[in-house]
Amino acid sequence: MALPSESITINLGPQHPSTHGVFRIRVTLDGEVIQDIEPIFGYLHRGTEKLAEERTYTQIVTLTDRLDYTSSMINNQAYVMATEKLAGLEVPERAQYLRVLTAELQRVASHLMGIGFFLQDLGAMGTPLMYCFRERERILDLFEMICGARVTVSYMRPGGVTQEPPPEFWPALKELLSEFPHYIDELERLILENEIVVARTKGVGLLPRELAIDSSISGPNLRASGVAWDLRKADPYDVYGRMDFDIPVGSNGDSYDRFLVRVMEIHQSLRIVEQCVQQIPDGPIRSEVPYFFRPPPGDAYAHVEASKGELGFYLVSDGGIAPYRCKIRAPSFINLTALTEMLLGWKVADLMVIFGSLDVNMGEVDR
Amino acid sequence: MESSFDKNALFANLNDIFLDLLPESLSWMAYLGTGLTIILIMVNAVLMLTAFGTYMERRVLGRFQTRLGPNRVGPFGLLQPLADLLKLITKEDLRPESADKITFFLAPVLMVTSMLVVVAVVPFGKDSFLADLNIGVLYLVGIPTIATVSMFLGGWGSGNRFALLGAARAVAMLISYEVPMIVSLAGILILAGSMSLVDVVQAQQIPFILLQPIAFFVFLVSASAEMNRSPFDLMEAESELTAGFHTEFSGMRFGLLQLAEFGEVVVTSAILATLFLRGWENPFIPADWQQVLPPQLWLIGKMLFFMLIFTWIRATLPRMRIDQVMAFAWKVLFPLALINMFVTAALVVAWPDPTYTQLWIMVGVNWAVAIGCLTGYTLSRGRHRQKPTESVRLVQIPAEVN
Repeated sequence: MALPSESITINLGPQHPSTHGVFRIRVTLDGEVIQDIEPIFGYLHRGTEKLAEERTYTQIVTLTDRLDYTSSMINNQAYVMATEKLAGLEVPERAQYLRVLTAELQRVASHLMGIGFFLQDLGAMGTPLMYCFRERERILDLFEMICGARVTVSYMRPGGVTQEPPPEFWPALKELLSEFPHYIDELERLILENEIVVARTKGVGLLPRELAIDSSISGPNLRASGVAWDLRKADPYDVYGRMDFDIPVGSNGDSYDRFLVRVMEIHQSLRIVEQCVQQIPDGPIRSEVPYFFRPPPGDAYAHVEASKGELGFYLVSDGGIAPYRCKIRAPSFINLTALTEMLLGWKVADLMVIFGSLDVNMGEVDR
Repeated sequence: MESSFDKNALFANLNDIFLDLLPESLSWMAYLGTGLTIILIMVNAVLMLTAFGTYMERRVLGRFQTRLGPNRVGPFGLLQPLADLLKLITKEDLRPESADKITFFLAPVLMVTSMLVVVAVVPFGKDSFLADLNIGVLYLVGIPTIATVSMFLGGWGSGNRFALLGAARAVAMLISYEVPMIVSLAGILILAGSMSLVDVVQAQQIPFILLQPIAFFVFLVSASAEMNRSPFDLMEAESELTAGFHTEFSGMRFGLLQLAEFGEVVVTSAILATLFLRGWENPFIPADWQQVLPPQLWLIGKMLFFMLIFTWIRATLPRMRIDQVMAFAWKVLFPLALINMFVTAALVVAWPDPTYTQLWIMVGVNWAVAIGCLTGYTLSRGRHRQKPTESVRLVQIPAEVN
């Protein structure tokens, strides 16, 4: 005998332990099975794009820190690249190396956070999260050395970077590079083949290759679906063209692949940092750029491979000291496009796993 | 009553004291006074252990998670449970408007009661126990099911959908885990030949953890499911259901629920120690260590050991999904418990009155069966699966030289 049943609607968020910020999903459930979802966002909207129209080109750097606050360095990089393209500024080689170095360190920090919170969503009681945070803390210490801030770094400027790293930075970085692989290995040994982690994530939340491409998903999520697309290789910027590194590419497009791609990217990022340390030349760190400058009327788009995907800045200048328009292509926001397709038919418990495996950051989704 | 009274030294001594104090006409009150005094001592002992258990759990979890844990209140943070209690008591007692008054009140009370009542049958010395029920084992698997009911009452009665989902999960899961838990105990009952916990302890010439490895594993897993702790904390899955069935509880109601939860850890540890590690006796096989510690301390030491193990599991494992949890109960634990029951029964039929050597042979057979089951399970899993990390490969795109 089948008992009649009704579906119930619950609101996950905006205040919920695992929505990674203030995301809200209205879920219609049949028992435990998801029948329908409706993502609602905008709780963290700060009008960054509009604010950018009121700031000078130099001031906007601080706004970009607050987009995806786990990868401020990379946001800085994307923005200053767009400005340099717009104003035709030169960047000294040493500055380019410093940008790549800090951006890769930031990518490691961001991936560590993504992995940690993903495992937290799996219900791992905070232990892996604390391990990830312990390692991330060391990177933030380096950032503090280099620019005085840990999260909202504002390290880069149009035409270069703000400061030469202090002398104690280089030994500290060397020490980190020698110890970090052990930490990551430790983490991998603990979780990669854990029976429960595999059971919970293998085959869960499939994102097929075609769907990923059609919904313009980018970054580790796209690579986990089997597309070898990385802007650092496809359209090398700064000195990425000289770097020797590999791209992890998944085959199933499930939560486990997305998670594993991030873990493997940490190793590749560390490789890039090592090469930067070896190759970095002496020289100036910033070309002569006045505090206020007026790019000629026109527009420019620059994109980088941020930790969450393709981060793009589209700037339009009318010849003034502030951009006429600043459009941000936020990877986290666009990576949510396929959320409905990925979630339907899974259970509530899987919802958090799949959402966590996408590794979105609400600061970037709402801007 | 008188018969169990005689062999219970604790009762008898206290009864004598009361009889001396009271006039002849009120001698019936001595019995009442004795009972109430012992209940008071037992309940407070459990509550104190629970309070210490929360402190220990938080400190140990802290060590596991590379942080410190509570260390501000009192020496080494030892007074933290007291501070928590004060905070919870002074908080406003909120009841959501949509909640059902009676069930919302009943849930925490029932849960704490069911936790405390179980202790009655746990013996903490050869002649000291509150009650030596001849159906002791049945009692201690039966009474905790009241907690399931109270979880459902609380979840349903609080008028919250998260709570309802948590409650539904709780009922589905706990009822499933009752079955392997009870069947796993069958082996012990066959060996001990009695359901009284005192007899079970005295039957352990060799600790049952050695004689019944499968039963121990099944009981440990089912017990951690019963206590709804990670990896089976589905009914309060923080990352999914906020706090599950106790989402709406606050203040001391929440405090009572937490107390019941940690109390269950203490009580289950006591049960595990009694059933598998010789209860109040020393856990080692040469029995002349008996005098090293008084029996109560042996028991508490073993309880702390099991509490540590539960904390360790909690710190290490992620949560399973509801269908996986159910499949694990019915497809893995239940058959295991059945195998254990049949093997033990066969052994006991072969040697109805085993000598010490025959007992050791039983140990060997049971471990062989356990290792066989483990190997079979691993092989059956490994056949279908490649190494999980093989799904991601590294693509090499040569660097442009410019």
